[in-house]
Parts: sequence; structure tokens; C-alpha cells
Amino acid sequence: MTAPSLPDQTARAVELGLTRDEYTRLVDRLGREPGDVELAMFSLMWSEHCGYKHSRKLLRTLPTEGPRLVLGPGENAGAVDVGGGMAVAFKVESHNHPSAVEPFQGAATGVGGILRDVFAVGARPIAVLDSLRFGEPHSERSRYLFEGAVAGIGHYGNSIGVPTVGGEVYFEAPYEANCLVNAMCVGLASQERLIRSAAAGPGNVLVLMGASTGRDGIGGASVLASAELGERDQAKRPSVQIGDPFAESELLECCLDLLDRDLLVALQDLGAAGLTSSSSEMAAKGGVGVDVDVARVPLRESDMAPWEIMISESQERMLCVVMPEQLAAVLAVCEHWQVPATPIGEVTDSGRLRVLDGGPVVADVPVEVLVDDCPLYDLAPAAPDAPLYPPPERTLHSTDPGETLVALLGSPNLASRLPVFEQYDPIVQSRTVRRPAQADAAVLLLDPAAGDGPAIAMAIDGNGRRVACDPRRGAAEAVYECAANLAAAGAEPLGLTNCLNFGNPEKPHVAWQLEQAVAGLAEACCELDVPVVGGNVSLYNESPDGPIYPSPIVGMVGELPEASRAGRLDFHREGDAIALVGDFRPSLAGSELAKLRGEPLAPIPAPAPAAIRTAHAAVRDAVRQGRVRSAHDVAEGGVAVALAECALAGRIGAEVDLPTTNAQRPTPHELLFGEALGSAFVVSGDAAELQRIGIVIGRVGGDSLRIAVGGVRALERSLEELGHAFAAGLARLFSH
Amino acid sequence: MRFGVVRFPGSCDERDAQLAAARVGEAELLWHADPDLHGVDAVIVPGGFSYGDYLRVGAIARFAPAMASVLDFAREGGPVLGICNGFQILCEAGLLPGALLPNTSLRFVCRQVEVEVVNPDTAFTRACARGDRLSIPVKHTTGRFYSPEPVPEEQVVLRYADGHNPNGSQDDIAGVSNPEGNVLGLMPHPEHAVDPLTGSADGLKLFESLDRALVA
Repeated sequence: MTAPSLPDQTARAVELGLTRDEYTRLVDRLGREPGDVELAMFSLMWSEHCGYKHSRKLLRTLPTEGPRLVLGPGENAGAVDVGGGMAVAFKVESHNHPSAVEPFQGAATGVGGILRDVFAVGARPIAVLDSLRFGEPHSERSRYLFEGAVAGIGHYGNSIGVPTVGGEVYFEAPYEANCLVNAMCVGLASQERLIRSAAAGPGNVLVLMGASTGRDGIGGASVLASAELGERDQAKRPSVQIGDPFAESELLECCLDLLDRDLLVALQDLGAAGLTSSSSEMAAKGGVGVDVDVARVPLRESDMAPWEIMISESQERMLCVVMPEQLAAVLAVCEHWQVPATPIGEVTDSGRLRVLDGGPVVADVPVEVLVDDCPLYDLAPAAPDAPLYPPPERTLHSTDPGETLVALLGSPNLASRLPVFEQYDPIVQSRTVRRPAQADAAVLLLDPAAGDGPAIAMAIDGNGRRVACDPRRGAAEAVYECAANLAAAGAEPLGLTNCLNFGNPEKPHVAWQLEQAVAGLAEACCELDVPVVGGNVSLYNESPDGPIYPSPIVGMVGELPEASRAGRLDFHREGDAIALVGDFRPSLAGSELAKLRGEPLAPIPAPAPAAIRTAHAAVRDAVRQGRVRSAHDVAEGGVAVALAECALAGRIGAEVDLPTTNAQRPTPHELLFGEALGSAFVVSGDAAELQRIGIVIGRVGGDSLRIAVGGVRALERSLEELGHAFAAGLARLFSH
Repeated sequence: MRFGVVRFPGSCDERDAQLAAARVGEAELLWHADPDLHGVDAVIVPGGFSYGDYLRVGAIARFAPAMASVLDFAREGGPVLGICNGFQILCEAGLLPGALLPNTSLRFVCRQVEVEVVNPDTAFTRACARGDRLSIPVKHTTGRFYSPEPVPEEQVVLRYADGHNPNGSQDDIAGVSNPEGNVLGLMPHPEHAVDPLTGSADGLKLFESLDRALVA
């Protein structure tokens, strides 16, 4: 029945990424040695990337309940209720390892994959955001990866007509070998059109839609995504998939059309592990079995073996379950959109995934063993007793506040993101009320035909260096910072998605980072009452030089009642008062200034959730009611950088005096450049209004930024000088 | 006033164009494989990446059955507006002079730019005055206008304002018409500038001009 096994199947299993113990477990569960096709399927399904072997237990500790939740973790994407019978589906996912090997295609297919996750639940993708991490830009390789990844994201998103509305990028030495490319997609659907991925109804037909199946991406999830990167990674380039946004745009329209006509029982995208994971996961969720005939799968290369067909990660493919009497109608819709569609199998009541090659059965395994019996490991966390990361390289020697501000604004982590954002289309679909760099969060209309009305806001955040300083506090802070971005736009969070990017979890200190960070995320989500709707884990981001900074990336979606009232960050009226809102207790530990000074990573202060909630609510309400003219959260670089960003965005200066009455007695540098992410805002407007929510610290006007501390002038710089530094910081990293 | 927006495989901005046109009249989508233009009064060839920009931008779309009808419609004096990829398609179809080459930066660029109306005597600029400056976004990789023969001055309809040329276009040309003035192609996206809520309403003037052109 199954193909004869090779003499040393164990050695083959290890070569494919399973451990010897895992192989023994597999033989035990099957009651026999697996055949070649079966072994290939298990090596993928039991990989870290598909099986969440080291993270599943931890993920169960995240809060996933909420009154607005429509779809929770476990579906292709989570979704929340946004009123009017509509739901917003969203998810963030990593494509780190492929991007480290081939940045353009790696990033492009990262976008393609997350788009499919969202339209697989029946939602039309309306926005993409991305989160990127690279090594320090003096490295030629980092600049190459950065340029390639940005171009790849733009290529896919721009070509498919989904706006890229936001994102962030940081450069830190620990990402030198392992860059991070996380992409988040947000989609919109009527709640009744949302569809699940559970296969149902024995006798129903499995239809494979979209691109033909080739040898690209063979073993992507096991070879690339579930092991550390090494020196010979160029040899892995064939494991990277190639994206075709044109094919996906037709596939997207076709799937949404099929759902509009109510022709599908279930829908699932083909991502990691291709047909194997999509068919078995659909079967597992429905408690049924499936037969798949690989001889019916349209191929790019005619000589592909059944195991290659089952695990190919060729892009732009979807699998759906169709009732036999609807099959002709489904194929007609596919024909209209010029999307190839082929019946390749059927739903059975066997509870088994059977793979046929024309006549012969080449694999026959219980679905639950494939999907649910993947071993789950307990972490063995241990806090490191010595610093895990060397101090950053010192690049700033001056202590002069003015020079420090100029250096911070021109530094790669804080400089203007315009050279990146200009490579993306943020406006297609006519929903975008706040584009990148206009506000702390992107704001999109729910119904562009109706004009002003309900809108959603979205942002993505995560500062790995601060998580490295203290994983628990840093991860919590990422949630507060993301929520602060939403608050500055006037939005209230509805749900959160996260991508956990970490090193090798088998190492105790990485396990400790992971455990602490998840605890911090859970804490902050509970404090803000925001459910986690889904996410993704990327482990083994590690090279011989060590692990990346622990990098939980947080994406959030919120709502606001009136798009026209959405917050903006720029100062724009001469004479407006400026106020600081929030219980701001800045510290230089883990700050951008500490990095420029080459200081070792030091514990960051604990966030104060109650004060944070109060500040967010105050700013959100003020923005919604039009009581402030601008709002911007105080993030990396502290108050001085936040003020400079507001001034540069509005091309108008400001004069500010920072009070020193705080019991903490901060130093001038702490007050100017200290950080406590997500806890404070800079707002402008009428003084009487601002006094109700914060402390008035100055006034908008002039063509320079003038900041005093406790009445003593600390710095004065022209907008021209600040603007030049801000504009050039990132622009100079591009090759021409 | 009824607008028809031709939808090709890979079009991206067809619904945006439809929404914009619907502000001044009725607007419907036309299907690339259907030669019937449904009796519309004006045709919009929208932006996007028709046929994935494969072979050469606009090169495949010009052979779509609907385009044969658009060509006839244009030759009979019907107003045709090509936006971005639509401009590229109309050049490929020979309705407009010149060609669009890759931006000098070789990168995609999305930017709010200012364009100046240099010819208000076309079907699309009738609601404007000579010298009007319109704030409209561009977003493209292949938008550098080039013509081996100088384009007659009356066919240059829109120019990028000083310092706003985003792609290296010859003579800052942002939009050109056919000699009769009933066909206009432009790289900026007027359909993305129809409401201050989403950035600017300056692009609406082009759609209003069409409406006025027909009434006149």
C-alpha cells in the first residue's frame, strides 16, 4: 500500500528536520514505518513552523475572549465586530527566513501569504502593514536586505491593489544574520459572509484553485523556517517561493465572488506545507477525512513525485470544499476570473488523509496524528546570568542637547520613514483618511462610498531592544505603545494580533525570553481589555553569533466613530498651546539615546497600566471631540523627538519649557530624551482645553524648536537643520 | 451622464474611478472581455497592473475585446480618460502620442504632487482655468513620459509644477491629449483626489469637466 521505506528511514527523517525521538513517536502512532510521502508530510506538519511545538502551551495563556470577537485564534485570521453587520479580519505573520535568503521574493510572498489568510475567511483585504528588522545599516548586507524587502512588499501590495498603510523598521546588530519581515493584513467582510475552514460533508469535492504546483518552496517550513540560519544559506534559495501578485488578484476576486454566491462549504489557503497542511487541517477541523489524488493536480513540471506535490509551497493557490451539485457553478465562476480550478479529491468519513497517485494509494494516515499529535515541548526557561547581547556600538559622543536631538532625528531608527512609505501605495480603495506619517495610526473608512462616518485605525509596533532589556516589561510596553498610537488617532482598540519572533527556544535563555514576553503580552492585553485574535510564531531566528533581540510584534485594530475627526500628528496653528498628557516617567534605560551612546542594555522601568489607561482615554476622547488639533505619542527619542516630529510634519516651530517638578527629579537629558513608551502624548490646541487633560508646556510658532528645562534653555535648532537630518537618515541607505 | 470604467484582469483602481465618477454622474464597470460598452457617455481606462504588467505595461490590455470598442468610441469623438495604467494602455493602443518609461529612480513612487493645467480647452479640463494648480497623487513605477517627436503644445494638457516632477518626465509632462482633445491620458490619479477627507478634492474637476463637456 505505502511506498516501500528506505533502509534507514530514521536518517532520512532527521535530514528532513525531525528528531530521532519524534520519528520513534511517529512510528508508534502509525503502528508502522512511514512511507516516503508520509514522512515528507510529517516532517512539515511536525515542524516548529506548522506544529508550534515550543509555543503552543504558552500561547494558551493569552486572553482570547472579548465581546466584539467574531473569529478567534485557530482560523486563518481572527475577526472582530465593527458594527453595521460588518467584521474586520486581521492577522500578522512572519516571512523572516525566506527574506534573509532572498529579500525581494521573501517579503513579496510574505505579503501574498497574509493576504490569502485574510480572504480565506471571506474578507476583502483593505490594508497591509509591515514590521521590518535589519542589522546596522553600515553593513552592506543589511542595506541589501532592507532595499530588497521594501521593494518586495511594494511590488506585491501595490500590484494587487491593497494599500500599504503603515509599518515600522528598526536597525539593530542582532538582526544582522536574521532579518525580520512581518506582514499584517486587515480585511473587511459582512459577518454573514465570513467562512470557516472546516471541511464537512463526506462526498463533497475538494477543488484546488489558482496557480499550478511546482518545485518552489519545497520544504520551506521545515528547512527554512524551523532551523537556525547558517553559512550555506544561499543553497537554500530554491526553498524560497516566487510570488505572482497578478495571479493572486484574480484568485482573490474569484474567491470573494464564490462566497458572494454562497457556493463554498469551506475555504483554506495553501501556505506552509502546501496541500498537506491545507487538506489535513480542513479535515481535522471538520472531524472528517479527505482523499487527495496528486495525479489530478496541475503541475509546472511533469516529473514531480507525489511527495513533492504534497509539500510544494507554490504560491497563489487555495483549496475549497464544494457540494457536488454546485461544482459546475463553481468551475464557471473560476472560468470567468480565468482562475484554473481542478477537482482533486473528496471529503470522506474515514478520518484519514489518503493520498492517491491516480490509482495507487501512496499515503494513508490518520488526520489527527498528522495535525494534533505533533509533540508539544515544555520550555526549560532560565534567566541568563550574564548579558546576552553586547552593548551597541557608540556613535554619539556629544552631550550637547541640540546636537543630541539632531543625531537622534538622523539616526536610522528614528529618521523619516518617507523614503520607504513612498514606495508603497497607501491610497488605493479610497478608504485612507490618514496615510503614513500623517498620524500615529492609519485611519480607513469602513464605507468609502458613504464619505465621512465610522472608521477603523490600525498600527503595528514592537521594539526588540527594549524587550531584550526586560522581556516582560518590554512586551507589555509594545502593547501599550500600539494602543497609544490608536488613541492618538482617536481610536479604541478592538483586537490584537501578534507575531513572536525569537531565537532557538531549546536554549534556556531564549525560552526565558519567550515565556516572559508572552506573560507581558497577556498582562497588557488584560489591562487594556483587548483580546488576541490570532497570530504567528517564528523561532530559531538565530545565527552562530547568537539570537535576535526577542521581538514580539503587536498589530492592533481599533474603531472611531467619525473619520473626519481622526487625529493627526502635525502642529498646524500658530499660537496653539502644547501640552504633555500622561504620567510620564522617562528613563534613559534602553532608550535610543542610550543606544547612540553605546550603553549596555539595562532594565527598563515597569509600565503603569492604570495611568496609561487614563492617558489613552483622555487623548482618545479629546481627539474624537475635536478638543485638540494634534496628538502624537511620545515614543523613541522622548519628548524632544516627539516635539520635533510634530513641528517638522506641520512645518511650524514650537517653544517649550519642560517642568522639573516630578518627584523623580529627572535630569535634563532624561526629560528631553528619556522614554516610557505608550505612556504619554504631546498634543496641541486651545490652552483651556489642554489644561483639562494635561500640563501646558509651550506654544506652537516660529521656524525653530526651542526647548527649555525648568526655565533654563536647553536647545534651539532651526526646523531647516532638524528637517535635513530627519529626511536624510533613511534616504541615504538606498543605493541610488 | 453615464461613465463606464473598463475593468481588466489586474486593474486596481477601477472601483476608485467608479466612486469618483459617481460623484458627478452614474458610473458602471465594463468587462474587458465584453465588446459592448453599454451605451455609456464617457469611458475611463483605470489604473492598476493590467495583466500583471507582463510583457510591457499596457501592452496586453490594448488587445482586450473591450478596447477595440473603446478605440471606435474615441474615433467617433467619445470622451476617453486614461489614468496611470490606463494612460499606458492608450499609448500602446496608439490613441495618444509618446510612451511611458520606467521612472528615473527605477522605483515605485507614491506622492502627492501639484500639476498645472496648461490646456483648459479639452473635454477633461473645461472646469479648470489655465494655470490652475491641482494637488493630485501619483503612484507608479513606469510613469516617465517620453516622446521622440515633440508633442504639439496644444496636446500637452497637464504639467508637473516646478519641483514636482516625480519620475523624470520629458518637459514635466503629466498628461497629454489626442489632437481632437477628446482623449486624455495622465499619470496622476484624479480619482484619488475627490474628497478633502482623503487628501484633496482637486481631481474632481476633471470629472466635472467631462460632465460639462457633454452638456455643452
